[in-house]
Amino acid sequence: MTSAAIEIDGLTKDYALGFWRKRMRRSLDNLSLRVEDGEIFGFLGPNGAGKTTTLKLLMGLIFPTAGTARIRDKSIDDVNMHREIGFLPEQPYFYDYLTARELLDYYARFFGFASADRRERVARFLERVGLTAAADVQLRKFSKGMLQRAGIAQAILHDPKVVFLDEPMSGLDPIGRREVRDIILDLKNQGRTVFFSTHILSDAEMLCDRVAVLVDGKLQGVGAPGEIVSMDVVTMEILFELKEGCLLPQDLALATKKTGAHYRAEVPEAQLYATLEKLRGCDARILSVQPVRPSLEEYFLRMVNREKAASHAVEVLAR
Amino acid sequence: MSAMPGVVAVNTFREAVRDRVLYNLVFFALMMIGAAILVGQISIGIDRLVIVNLGLSAISAFGLVMAIFIGVGLIYKEMEKRTLYSLLSKPIRRWQFIVGKYAGLLLTLFVNTCLMTIGVAIALLYVSRSFERSDVYILVAVYFILLKLAIVTALALFFSCFSTPMLSTLFTIGIYLAGMFSTDFLNIGMVTQNPAVKAITRILYYVLPNFHNFDVIGQASHGFAIPLQLIAQNTLYALLYSAILLVGAAAVFSGRNLK
Amino acid sequence: MSERHRNPLAWVSAIIVPVLLVCVVAVQRGIDSQRNILEKQSDELLIQSGPLLKRLSLGYDALLGDIYWTRAVQYYGAKLPTSDRDFHLLAPLLDVATTLDPNLIPAYHFGAFFLSEKQGGAGRPDLAVDLVKKGIAANPNNTQISADLGFLYYMRLKDYEKAAAAYLETSKIPGASQLFKVLAARIASKGGALDISRMIWSEVYETTRDEQVKKRALEALKGLKAQSDEMQLDQLADDYHARFGRYPQSTRELVDAAMIKGIPLDPDGFPYVFGADGKSQLDPKSTVTIDPGAPAPK
Repeated sequence: MTSAAIEIDGLTKDYALGFWRKRMRRSLDNLSLRVEDGEIFGFLGPNGAGKTTTLKLLMGLIFPTAGTARIRDKSIDDVNMHREIGFLPEQPYFYDYLTARELLDYYARFFGFASADRRERVARFLERVGLTAAADVQLRKFSKGMLQRAGIAQAILHDPKVVFLDEPMSGLDPIGRREVRDIILDLKNQGRTVFFSTHILSDAEMLCDRVAVLVDGKLQGVGAPGEIVSMDVVTMEILFELKEGCLLPQDLALATKKTGAHYRAEVPEAQLYATLEKLRGCDARILSVQPVRPSLEEYFLRMVNREKAASHAVEVLAR
Repeated sequence: MSAMPGVVAVNTFREAVRDRVLYNLVFFALMMIGAAILVGQISIGIDRLVIVNLGLSAISAFGLVMAIFIGVGLIYKEMEKRTLYSLLSKPIRRWQFIVGKYAGLLLTLFVNTCLMTIGVAIALLYVSRSFERSDVYILVAVYFILLKLAIVTALALFFSCFSTPMLSTLFTIGIYLAGMFSTDFLNIGMVTQNPAVKAITRILYYVLPNFHNFDVIGQASHGFAIPLQLIAQNTLYALLYSAILLVGAAAVFSGRNLK
Repeated sequence: MSERHRNPLAWVSAIIVPVLLVCVVAVQRGIDSQRNILEKQSDELLIQSGPLLKRLSLGYDALLGDIYWTRAVQYYGAKLPTSDRDFHLLAPLLDVATTLDPNLIPAYHFGAFFLSEKQGGAGRPDLAVDLVKKGIAANPNNTQISADLGFLYYMRLKDYEKAAAAYLETSKIPGASQLFKVLAARIASKGGALDISRMIWSEVYETTRDEQVKKRALEALKGLKAQSDEMQLDQLADDYHARFGRYPQSTRELVDAAMIKGIPLDPDGFPYVFGADGKSQLDPKSTVTIDPGAPAPK
């Protein structure tokens, strides 16, 4: 069994709602996940899915209702685990009366570096995130993007083995995003593990070795971006032409779109041959048959809708 | 590592300074200067008395205001502003954070008080041209004020862990007033015949922090000696009571889910 | 729910905090005894100026008045059982309390009795009169303190003219008992007398709401009864002497001589005894006291 960077086992979080704290809202439901050393792992999901809740649980900011997690084989209860991790919160807040340099120096002190080493690190990582020019400006004067960079710097300046980033691209212009992408890839090249949550799927597709999709607190699927979409039902696309006067059967007509002289039908793989038969019966001319590769986005949306339908069904049943 | 609270403490001190908290010293200095000059004009034999009484009372009042108003936000602000998100991801235990914030505010109060004491000393020198041996008891009175502030700070910090600044201020001020009059609670208990009231007032007397213990402004201004034993006892009392509050605060904070 | 077990500090504090509290109690006791010593030498430092305190109290004067009143009672109660009978702070405490709250009737009433009394009080009837006059000025329709002024003049200062005048004033207050008119008249004509003393103390005993004052009144009444009994016994002893040529040794002899029906007991249940000089006295074990300063019958 190779060492896992992150092992999450049945992690669950309930919140008590209402004045009398009677109603329970389950914001994370039995999450189990394994992230390997050196992976770039994407944690996807719509807003409110439970991504930030998961990160807060891992960081020890909130406590689980059930389940456990280990990072680098140390329990999340263990304070020493924090030596090996770095965390960038979503919309980071820092002490705005400090300058960037002072902030990094403050956080660096928690790791016990010798003062010369500490000064050197602070300077190096300020450079890495492009904040050297603004190093002695108070954080209250920083733009959102600059704060984000400062946040990344404080997450990695102690060379952690596992880096957790909550929406690292938020607030950045395309240049900034490119730089963050480079930093993430750089971290991977150094052999570190990166776990980041995002709702920007193109970033995930580009960077991640594997992704997990979380909707309404439940894990929908885990795998490489390419694999995951093909775990779903494969659809076949048929391009064809029809002779005049030929009518399609009802059910097929519904799945068909017409553009100019061409028709395009999408049918599940299982029904491919039956459909081709029907088309031959109509004397159609088949132009091409190929599988549809849905994008991660479409997969994503489908997962969201499916989950919504399921919970709606549950509600209906409950009534 | 035992350095963790120290790191937090220094940062807390730095925050107070940058928040221009120490500017209250300007107001204090102006007040003492005014008093010294005024008293010099009147000269009815009580000039030293007035300077010391006024000075010590002001040190106590300013210190209290600072302890309460900064104290109630110490933990609350960090929870609200979510600065804790990045901080708690570092290898620091939650109780170390509490101790650090406490030490930082105490350091601020200490520096503030020292500077004010120097101000009083200067004013005293101005009106009476020399110090007397009994003036050392003024320092004891200042020390007692610091002990009192240590407890009040711990109180404010404790409330800061779970209640909003407005409520925490009310609670802290309320308990402070109760603590100033706790001896009178005991008197009521002695005067009444009702055994239940007697028992309750006695319990209240011991459980509430007794701030009257630290009130020696009268003694100091008259130059009366303050026994060493009382100094030791008050030190111990402040240590114990603050410890109770800090342990409580750490326990509450350690179990808290942050928003 | 199961989250709590992740907070070991909660268990630790549940054990540490009570232990620390116990230590706190111990230290507080030590401090209290230290401060008692400290405050003895600095009793003078209480703010003794009522008007100054009123200004300092920022509008909470009535509350502060109550507090000072409680302190006055506690001061008196703490000193009473000790041999230190120096109640010199009682007057300032009561003065401050009544300046802060001029309608604090119980304070005036208490002061009337315990400021003036020599044995169990400050022994300053002059200060008591000042206090009561202050109370009358602020509460002109209060019969109790008005009557207390009459008490002071009659019982403590033996100024019968002023006493009669004071009781007369009291009788003018609407709703005052007829008793005061009677007292005014009798004092004006007779001056000090046992029956008048008894009337006054009875009135106090019946109308006072202060436990200490009531106790004092009861003692005084017992003393008066004993005084009157002794007067009678002395008269009988003289008769005995006339008959038998010597004074009686005990009341038993009086019974044997058929001069009285039974052994007379004092209000505490002890039999009276005779001294060597033939004068009747209280049994030394008796707790009845006769007020030496009380008006004696002419």
